[in-house]
Amino acid sequence: MRITADLDRCVGAGQCVLTDPVVFDQRDDDGTVIILSTTPEDAETIGRVREAIRICPSQALALAEPGTTS
Amino acid sequence: MTDSPVLPLNRTCPYSPPAEHVRLQRDEPVARVTLPDGSTAWALSRLDDIRSMLTDPRFSANRQREGFPLQPRGVRPDADERPLLIGLDPPEHGEARRAVVGEFTIKRMNALRPRIQQIVDDCLDAVLAGPRPADLVPALALPVPSLVICELLGVPYADHDFFQSRSANLLLRSIPPQERFVAAKEIREYMAALIVEKAKNPGDDLLSRQLAKGADQEELAGLGFLLLLAGHETTGNMISLGTMTLLERPEALAALKEDPAVTPQIVEELLRYFTIAEYVTSRIAVQDVEIGGVLIRAGEGVVTLANAANRDPAAFTDGDAFDLGRAARHHIAFGFGAHQCLGQNLARLELQIVFDTLFARIPGLSLAGPVDELSFKEDSTVYGLHSLPVTW
Ligand code: HEM
Ligand code: SF4
Repeated sequence: MRITADLDRCVGAGQCVLTDPVVFDQRDDDGTVIILSTTPEDAETIGRVREAIRICPSQALALAEPGTTS
Repeated sequence: MTDSPVLPLNRTCPYSPPAEHVRLQRDEPVARVTLPDGSTAWALSRLDDIRSMLTDPRFSANRQREGFPLQPRGVRPDADERPLLIGLDPPEHGEARRAVVGEFTIKRMNALRPRIQQIVDDCLDAVLAGPRPADLVPALALPVPSLVICELLGVPYADHDFFQSRSANLLLRSIPPQERFVAAKEIREYMAALIVEKAKNPGDDLLSRQLAKGADQEELAGLGFLLLLAGHETTGNMISLGTMTLLERPEALAALKEDPAVTPQIVEELLRYFTIAEYVTSRIAVQDVEIGGVLIRAGEGVVTLANAANRDPAAFTDGDAFDLGRAARHHIAFGFGAHQCLGQNLARLELQIVFDTLFARIPGLSLAGPVDELSFKEDSTVYGLHSLPVTW
């Protein structure tokens, strides 16, 4: 599974960083999301990533299931 | 339809939304309502509906549009006045937000921690040195957020008293309207002068960095004022309501004192539980939109009953309960969509530091009287407490 972020949508609220600071960070200049670890493997991390996707106010995050593109 | 309910209603209990808001959520989640000024609008009360409305580009946040709901009459900004960030739509909103959001990253907020701690300690030193009972609204809840905004903007230390007293005057009910007006004018003038000064002598602060990036001075003065407007009363009200709630709930207070790691969760639950700024997420439709099978026409206003939505049974188990174990961050107390609160991580940090410090430094703190004798901001757009007398 691969995490994707749409930087045009991201509004830098940092909710993803609060959810998992190991996976997500923010750029210093414009606050947009940086994905530190794009392919989470353990179930707990994937759970937190799903939570971040749900909470993200701009719906900028997604998880691409294996075998799909984008 | 003349018999549509008049909304929004005032809260009668600090711990629950008005019963009619809850009934609408159950029976009529997209309801035609009459606003206090006699105009009509739609009221949304389910979490999912509000979240989708706030991410739908067919709704506008531009408070200057004719018919925007719940705008106080007579003070609607002139159509030619430059709109603030909170009232911008795409693509202008994204550009404007992108220009400042780097100032509010979690990293930057954490770097402010020692300064916020100092501000809170100074306020508590003064409380402890003063008489009992003490009113925590003017002594803690209002000065902390306004001094933190001073810190952010780079207001010189010597001007802190001026800035803090004028911004408190904007918010205290005991101050006559004429004096409040003067205070607002003084702050605006101060902000403009401060920006001129920063242009000459830049410092390590938000205003100087924005100027270095080529920000327009007038626009920057507007932003500075918006940060004060949006960040002062809101955070202040959460400090006072949160303190009251924790003093009333010994088990929550004990959990907080025992393990500071639970404080962020308590803060999140307090934000959800009170949802103090529920109507600022109201919008106006700019195209026809269907929500839950109901057609909302272009030009019609939509009011968000977000306090009820933050207890929506479809999204929260036993939402009326104050539950420390809840994972509550999908609440919309900071809004949702592109306008979701710019200062949310600053507010979280301030609240965490205030609660941790207050109860550690004054372990014997208690309310000076019963909760039902406290005076709440029932009729204000941002819910809160007018005063909070405590003793120890
Ligand atoms: C507990 C305290 C706070 C609460 C409950 C709160 C609530 C909100 C809400 C609900 C919105 C969304 C408005 C909308 O959708 O139209 C918002 C936006 C905003 N808030 Fe806060 N806020 C708080 C603290 C702060 C602080 C401390 C600051 C800054 C120092 C701040 C600055 C802003 C700004 C600039 C916006 C507009 C963002 C945009 O339009 O992109 N807020 N706030
Ligand atoms: S939560 Fe969403 S909007 Fe906020 S920083 Fe992360 S990706 Fe961007």
